[in-house]
Amino acid sequence: MAIDWFPLWLSLRVAVVSTGLAFAGGLWIAYLLANREFRGKDLLDAAVTLPLVLPPTVLGYYLLVLIGRASPIGKLWEEIFGSPLVFTWKAAVVAALLHALPLLVKSTRAALESVDRNYERAARNLGASEWKLFWRVTLPLARRSVLAATALAFARSLGDFGVTLMVAGNIPGRTQTIAVAIYDAVESGNGQVARVLVLVVSAVALLILTLANRLSPSRF
Amino acid sequence: MLQARLRKTFAPKPDSAGFTLDVEFSATAGVTVLFGPSGAGKTLVLESIAGFIRPDEGRILLDDDILYDGAARVHLAPQQRNCGYVFQNYALFPHMTLRENLQFAAERRPRLERHRRVTEMLEKFRLVESAGRHPHEVSGGQRQRCSIARALIGAPKLLLLDEPATGLDAPLRQEFYEALRQVRSEFETPMLLVTHDLDECFELGEEMLVLHEGKIVQSGPPAAILDHPANLDVARILGSFNVLEAEIKTLDPGRNTSRLQVGEFELEGPYFPGHLKGDRVRIGIRPEQLTVHARNGRLDKNQLPGELLRAVETPRGVRLEFSNGIAAALSRASYEILRDNRDLVIQFPGESLRIL
Repeated sequence: MAIDWFPLWLSLRVAVVSTGLAFAGGLWIAYLLANREFRGKDLLDAAVTLPLVLPPTVLGYYLLVLIGRASPIGKLWEEIFGSPLVFTWKAAVVAALLHALPLLVKSTRAALESVDRNYERAARNLGASEWKLFWRVTLPLARRSVLAATALAFARSLGDFGVTLMVAGNIPGRTQTIAVAIYDAVESGNGQVARVLVLVVSAVALLILTLANRLSPSRF
Repeated sequence: MLQARLRKTFAPKPDSAGFTLDVEFSATAGVTVLFGPSGAGKTLVLESIAGFIRPDEGRILLDDDILYDGAARVHLAPQQRNCGYVFQNYALFPHMTLRENLQFAAERRPRLERHRRVTEMLEKFRLVESAGRHPHEVSGGQRQRCSIARALIGAPKLLLLDEPATGLDAPLRQEFYEALRQVRSEFETPMLLVTHDLDECFELGEEMLVLHEGKIVQSGPPAAILDHPANLDVARILGSFNVLEAEIKTLDPGRNTSRLQVGEFELEGPYFPGHLKGDRVRIGIRPEQLTVHARNGRLDKNQLPGELLRAVETPRGVRLEFSNGIAAALSRASYEILRDNRDLVIQFPGESLRIL
């Protein structure tokens, strides 16, 4: 039995890129939610959480509308990169991002808010700008929880199925992630391949979650 | 010099009564103590000066800088106020070493000066050896000194201290007072210290402001306030004053005397300006101003008979509680002399009687 390992590598690549993007965007959104008062804050909070509760098909549909070849974003992408976004591995990244971002924002916001306010007051009192305060005090103090959240987001973006299928499709060797490959193997009666892939995914996820749990308790 | 007038109202909520802070005071060189029971609004005053909260109205002036002006809508950010702040639990950054804590604070100084300034402060506050350790790895005294050094490193115009000695054991408390005295002699920074500990006021304070339910009820040197509490509230805050209901029988400004009817007994006090014969007043006197004797025969001037209810040991001596509600504080030695007498008299020093 020859197992094609491409889906595993693709999934890992998708997870790394989407976690990276989710980290950059999520940190910023979490900071806004934790520190600023602005109109529509509750709406932003709800919108970020929405992907956690909507069915994957609904998310996939929205994404197709949003980044499909006929949409403004899709057109812009094609204009810049010369090829469509949908039904490429990059679309799988977008799909995974949709799952990673809510997890990251939720946990990071909680982590930032749990930092003792007196440290932030002390930093401001000592003349630190909000920027310096965030990078040198708040984030380092929330570091472990943020890293744990990132690990969780990584594990989650490894396993998306529904949305990926809708926006990236199931093109073996190009957009077939491991979750899709397992579905494919089961459908085509290739039980042994399915079993191996299932075990591999479970092992990787278990490893990451153990790591995340180790990170969670803070040293301070 | 700090001049502050501020007002802030907190509307009543289902789980808490409303509260209004309304104070006006100034603080010059040396230590000014803001004294009052918990919930009097002491910390709110510090937080308003530091810019952590915004008052509803008023004006805060530090030397020539306007930190806050309600009418002119000036409200400087905490970063721009240049007030050092020593937090109750010090708030040293736990992920930085003591040196890094100081460096963080020194970054607003010119680049060339920083290193020298950090070294200087580490030396001044005896932190050179522990400079490379994190706050949780050093002693309480070192944490204390580091938090003061960190607050002073930016050369603030004012040092705010929020109950920094609360919850410390006695030796650490003394160490802290020592550090503050050092600050007083080596730096010119005026200090505003919040505390609910009367001993601390006497240890450190040149000037004392008594805060009660959001208002300053009395100000002056600590000893003067303890001698002349302005009213019943102040007496209660200062703790354990004896309060007697009395009626003024005679007043003699010429000989500076008065006669007071307390129950069925008479006391002789000083002349009380602003009061009239026949006024019903409350007389305050501290337990340590009273003396207690064994009774032999009839009562002398300014003596009240006392039936001893109990004698309570205190760190400073013995506190005698009498059935008529009066308490007297005696040294252990003078209590030893009395201990077998059942029949006692309480001696009131006439000149120390105060109307509250």
